[in-house]
Amino acid sequence: MNFPILSSLILLPSIGALFLFFTKSDKKNNFTGKYVALFTSAVNFFLSIYLWILFDPTTSEFQFVEERIWIKDLINYKVGVDGISILFILLTTFITPLCIISVNNSIKERLSEFLIAVLIMESFMIGVFCSLDLVIFYLFFEAGLIPMFLIIGIWGGVRRVYSAFKFFLYTLLGSVLMLVAIITIYWLNGTTDVVKLYNSGIDIKYQNLLWLAFFSSFAVKTPMWPVHTWLPDAHVEAPTAGSVLLAAILLKMAGYGFIRFSLGLFPAASEIFTPLIYTLSVIAIIFTSFIALMQEDMKKLIAYSSVAHMGYVTLGIFTIQQQGIEGSIIQMISHGLVSAALFLCVGVVYDRMHSRLINTYGGIVSIIPKYSILFMLFTLAALGLPGTSGFVGEFLILMGAFKDNFLVAVIASLGVIIGAAYMLWLYKRVVFGKLINTDLKQMFDLNRAELFILSCLAVPTLFFGFYPDPLINTIEVSISDLIDQYNFKLASKT
Amino acid sequence: MENLQLVLPEIFLSLSIMFLLILGVFKKNSSRLVQSISLAVLIVTAVITFNETIGINETKLFNNSIIIDYLSSLMKIITLLAAFLVLIISSNYLKTFQIFKIEYPILILSSVLGMMVMINSNDLIVFYMGLELQSLALYVLATFNRDQIKSSEAGLKYFVLSALSSGLLLYGCSLIYGFTGSTNFNVIANQLNSNEYALTFGIVFILVGLAFKISAVPFHMWAPDVYEGSPTSVTLFFTMVPKIAALTVFIRFLYVPFLNLIDQWQMILIFLSIASMLFGAIAAIGQTNLKRLVAYSSIGHVGYALAGVAAGTNDGIQSSVIYITIYILMNLGLFSCLLMLKRDNNYYEKIDDLSGLSKNHPMLALSLLIILFSLAGIPPLAGFFAKFYVFKAVIEQSMYFLAIVGLLSTVVAAFYYLRLIKIMYFDEQKEKYDTDHGFWLKFSLTASTLLILIYFIFPSQLIEVVSRINII
Repeated sequence: MNFPILSSLILLPSIGALFLFFTKSDKKNNFTGKYVALFTSAVNFFLSIYLWILFDPTTSEFQFVEERIWIKDLINYKVGVDGISILFILLTTFITPLCIISVNNSIKERLSEFLIAVLIMESFMIGVFCSLDLVIFYLFFEAGLIPMFLIIGIWGGVRRVYSAFKFFLYTLLGSVLMLVAIITIYWLNGTTDVVKLYNSGIDIKYQNLLWLAFFSSFAVKTPMWPVHTWLPDAHVEAPTAGSVLLAAILLKMAGYGFIRFSLGLFPAASEIFTPLIYTLSVIAIIFTSFIALMQEDMKKLIAYSSVAHMGYVTLGIFTIQQQGIEGSIIQMISHGLVSAALFLCVGVVYDRMHSRLINTYGGIVSIIPKYSILFMLFTLAALGLPGTSGFVGEFLILMGAFKDNFLVAVIASLGVIIGAAYMLWLYKRVVFGKLINTDLKQMFDLNRAELFILSCLAVPTLFFGFYPDPLINTIEVSISDLIDQYNFKLASKT
Repeated sequence: MENLQLVLPEIFLSLSIMFLLILGVFKKNSSRLVQSISLAVLIVTAVITFNETIGINETKLFNNSIIIDYLSSLMKIITLLAAFLVLIISSNYLKTFQIFKIEYPILILSSVLGMMVMINSNDLIVFYMGLELQSLALYVLATFNRDQIKSSEAGLKYFVLSALSSGLLLYGCSLIYGFTGSTNFNVIANQLNSNEYALTFGIVFILVGLAFKISAVPFHMWAPDVYEGSPTSVTLFFTMVPKIAALTVFIRFLYVPFLNLIDQWQMILIFLSIASMLFGAIAAIGQTNLKRLVAYSSIGHVGYALAGVAAGTNDGIQSSVIYITIYILMNLGLFSCLLMLKRDNNYYEKIDDLSGLSKNHPMLALSLLIILFSLAGIPPLAGFFAKFYVFKAVIEQSMYFLAIVGLLSTVVAAFYYLRLIKIMYFDEQKEKYDTDHGFWLKFSLTASTLLILIYFIFPSQLIEVVSRINII
């Protein structure tokens, strides 16, 4: 069967966006545009489910590969998926429709433009996760900046301009060095095709610098301490749907990049720089957890917790253990679901009270019980309670870490405790306690759309918490092969 | 006479200029007619150039003082088309200021003729003649809105500084003549070995003159003032057309006679390139006038184009040509937007005048958004590919420092492009602008925006066009 399923996944949201662009939507009733966007992204989701069903998890080869001449003698358009990337594609196609449903309350003006930005974003993100050529990867990786910049800048909060600029310039600065590295790889090997590069390996003399150039880009995107400062700003000012996209999908590009490129292309350098990653990850886990503990703003707290969670991810990746990398991927998927849900939860109360400050709330459990239950579920998932997907990821990562470096693993485990502390404290202050602010009494519970979105996120969070096998089965072979390749290249010094 | 048809474009163009001059004098109120004929002349010249010279092998004429090859034909065609577009979209602007006169198209044609001579030149004298012809026309064009003091100031400033740089250039030419005994590029190339160091002086002086013409740092001082003071349509011409010719001369002059002295001039070019990229990016941040901002941005872009020339390979030259082509396209779109910021016979050129443009004129704002992101070099727009090719050529020569500085300055430059986008999209709206623009203005904006947007679908075509350039 030669249906170009991956290209369809990439193109479909863009076509939807184009369609929206030419649809005249009258000001009061924007339903047409919304349904178009919802329909496109839903179709894309089912297409990606279909992809998952067709996907053969018993091989680590790239599947559904499409290759076309793009720039003659220079770059081929090449896409394909393996066990590592397919889950991210699913995550993207799953989160986007939920984002589109959630815009009901938060986006008041220029709705169709917002939806266009979200759909184009989806296209780019899927492109990032399935491109098998470094230049194509870079193209999608960078292109995502444009819609996100606009989402933060146009529909954001009070300090939106500052945040949008910070987001854009930080990430661009990180990425340009990666471009130098990509061109250098082309010059060294005569190709930017990832599969060919996997086979041929990269000259060991250049690996360290190339690794650092890629690292500068991924570290900013992840974000790792100390270049994480753009994230809280961007999250706080972005509209709810923007925060969701940012937390659930954008941050995953870097984790994916670390696995696919840093480990895959530069094993020797990865081995050398593992202590660096360990140090930064552990600092991120401990340090940002403490910062999160002190936040007054709910969104900022969750943003810092994201940094800490991504610290686990980078830690897990560079353990180069089966469990560690599997854990990282599951942690990323879980974080995608949970942080998305948490931002939506904040969005729910923000839409009603127009405040994100923790001390505005308190004692809302009796007023909006449904909300409180779901919020509790995601709080517990975020701190990694067994039975939620957060646990599986964290547990596997720590297991991998214990195999590799005992001290790092112990410190990282301590981070779990602080993580529990800030999440529970947040929940306690917002939901329990005395009802002091009487305005809160006017709050109404979740409406149908919100309930639907949060339930959609709750189901996989719980399901994969109890039964992570579908995820692990998908990624297992690809990762064990990646590690074999890694060790083989390390042994043969290429 | 040998192969006279190869210089037919130049002959045709000069005859047309003379004819138009006479026509303009004898026929009253003929500015419209002269404009239309000039447009036709540009197109016909481009067609002649395409037909007569694009396919032929390298040929030298008139005692080897003129060279016709693929590079010169291609650059002439680009020049002619760019001039055509400038001329066609400037008529409304000129009418508003009541300077829609016969001299305008004729001056543009003469400067284009000068550029074509420059592009063809294989001899220092011919090159200098072409340069002066185009410069003299440009001085007058800068002052074209002579009732405005700023325009006169711009022209005078340009004249004085440009004359100085021409003097330096001529001095360099005389040095080279003195040490090699010839003005012909090929003869010079054979005389290199004996006087390497003395010739370097000559190269430096000529490079200074050329850097001035292309407004590379540190010889850029005139650009912001002249760009701001000149009528907008002339600024558009300045930012696009002379740069093509100057870049060609850069390539021809450095690669034909002085390829063996590459160690001497490469450092100078790298310096010019780095200084332009950095200065263009940093100085633009504080600007409040759009035309001044464009001036600094064009200084920066010249830096990138020179980076390709500095690479010292065919790949580098090709990437420069690609860069300048895409740059012209982006600039055309940018200025089309500027020419649309018109209300009650007044053109607005402050940055704040863009405020809230996205609410009043969503399509205009969207086009400008795409153009600005492309100028900033964000993929997947055309501007990214332009930079990509240049840096590919540069890194292949292991010039990492140049590449890294260049890419870092794109980040700085991104800041001021983003600022414009911020003003358009995030700020409060102001009064609406007129929407009754001419067809060609709309056309050039739409066409350039679409080309920038969909370039990534067909990136091979442009590469194929330039891949036949073969200098070394």
